[in-house]
Amino acid sequence: MNEKKEALRIEILKYIEKHSRADLGELAVLLGAEEAEVANEMAEMEKEKIICGYHTLIDWDKTGLEKVTALIEVRVTPQRDRGFDRIAERLYNYPEVYAVYLISGSYDLLVTMEGKTLKEVSRFVSEKLSPLDGVLSTATHFILKKYKDHGTVMVTKKESERIPVTL
Amino acid sequence: MRNPLSKKIVDIQPSGIRKFFDVANEMKDAISLGVGEPDFDTPWRIREEGIFTLEKGRTFYTSNAGLKELRQEICRYLERKIHVSYDPIKETLITVGGSEAIDVGLRCMLDPGDEVLIPQPSYVSYLPCTIMADGVPVVVPLQPENEFKLTVADLEKYTTEKTKILIMPFPNNPTGSIMTKEDLRPVAEFVKEHDLYVLSDEIYSELTYKTQHVSIASLPGMRERTLVINGFSKGFAMTGWRLGYCCGPEVLIEQMTKLHQFAIMCAPTNSQYAAVEGLRNCEDEVEEMRKSYDQRRRFLMHEFARMGLECFEPFGAFYVFPSIREFGMSSEEFATRLLEEEKVAVVPGTAFGECGEGFLRISYAYSLEDLKEALGRLESFIRKLRKEQA
Repeated sequence: MNEKKEALRIEILKYIEKHSRADLGELAVLLGAEEAEVANEMAEMEKEKIICGYHTLIDWDKTGLEKVTALIEVRVTPQRDRGFDRIAERLYNYPEVYAVYLISGSYDLLVTMEGKTLKEVSRFVSEKLSPLDGVLSTATHFILKKYKDHGTVMVTKKESERIPVTL
Repeated sequence: MRNPLSKKIVDIQPSGIRKFFDVANEMKDAISLGVGEPDFDTPWRIREEGIFTLEKGRTFYTSNAGLKELRQEICRYLERKIHVSYDPIKETLITVGGSEAIDVGLRCMLDPGDEVLIPQPSYVSYLPCTIMADGVPVVVPLQPENEFKLTVADLEKYTTEKTKILIMPFPNNPTGSIMTKEDLRPVAEFVKEHDLYVLSDEIYSELTYKTQHVSIASLPGMRERTLVINGFSKGFAMTGWRLGYCCGPEVLIEQMTKLHQFAIMCAPTNSQYAAVEGLRNCEDEVEEMRKSYDQRRRFLMHEFARMGLECFEPFGAFYVFPSIREFGMSSEEFATRLLEEEKVAVVPGTAFGECGEGFLRISYAYSLEDLKEALGRLESFIRKLRKEQA
């Protein structure tokens, strides 16, 4: 891939990572590129699974919907030939599992999951996760408050105190 | 009772459009595109260092010229950015914003009657500071057809036997114009030929698009006749910290440090420590802000083209300077009506000198959302004016 194309791709990704709703024409103007070129790169990156989706960052705490999020540390025994992949797959296929990461340090997998209630999450851990073959232990942490998520501060921002007109 | 005021200060005219500013600043529901400072908060690393400095009780004066550590970092930074090396001890002074360096620099260089070439449109302080330093300000009007760059032809018209200093206000507030190396070369030759000194106000040096900023001090034979003024306000988004600096010939910096010592003592200590962190570790943050300005700049140029509003493409600072000559009214009249009828505040070009007549300064130190809203209103105002004209 040539350098210019790669640079444009990075600029597109950096921008849409924060503003996934930007329309193509506007994005092209902001990046100083041709609209067709931007559209083309985005389509290619979707195909290549570089762009994996266009999600929305929601502060569920401000809605009426009850939701709890938990971070679960999981220690496992890796399997011969397949390492951690098989057990990771067993976990990530559950729809309530939000993310699964292989982690360096004192445990192996970090699982984040969402449930309606604490009980629901604990039930998942005790009934589904812990009994899995190869799982040695788990430690569940419930998130109490999200201050910042996906690089975005969730608490309300102050009004600007700039003087409207200065030279 | 005697008049407490000097004739000198009373004779300096306040900005003619102060009334417009008062109205604009009081209008709470107006959208402003009128500010001259970044919309970004100071990068957190810098703020955190400022807080830490206070916690550690670093609340005393620094040496008059400023923290040695900071002066060293500044010299390294200038070496990297403009490829000119200065001695941090003998050729560097930390000031209270770039503004103080302009004031003190002129005071230290001018004798009564010395003339100072001030290209306009430009920032408003060069002229009064020249008068307070007993110099004679000579305005050099920059030409729209040159995209408000300074040319030797402009200089030739205004240079006399008495001319001592040329102010170089680039990247320029309010036009956004920059001077490339090719633009600077003939100016530097002219300066040497006429044995002038240059006060180069490079406060917007971090904010150039398309090409890197070039300092006139980096041209052959110019280092010894240039006072480079810069600071943290614009590029590092640190306006309220009031921190600037200047580098130049030892004889000049020595005298400037003397005056600075008597007038100011030293720049704010915690701002100085915070700035050290900024120079060491905030290159990425500064670059991110620059990129963001560049995107908005492109957006504005695109929108102006769509509306048919005439504007040259500027490559510096965070201003665009569109022409409103087609509407047959003064800049102030246009700005006043835009404020009253559409509640959008912009700055009339005449705030930066008479030759700004027929132009508006529009700042893009705003989020894209704000710019969109304001431009929508500007567009409907322009439509209305064109209908009136038809």
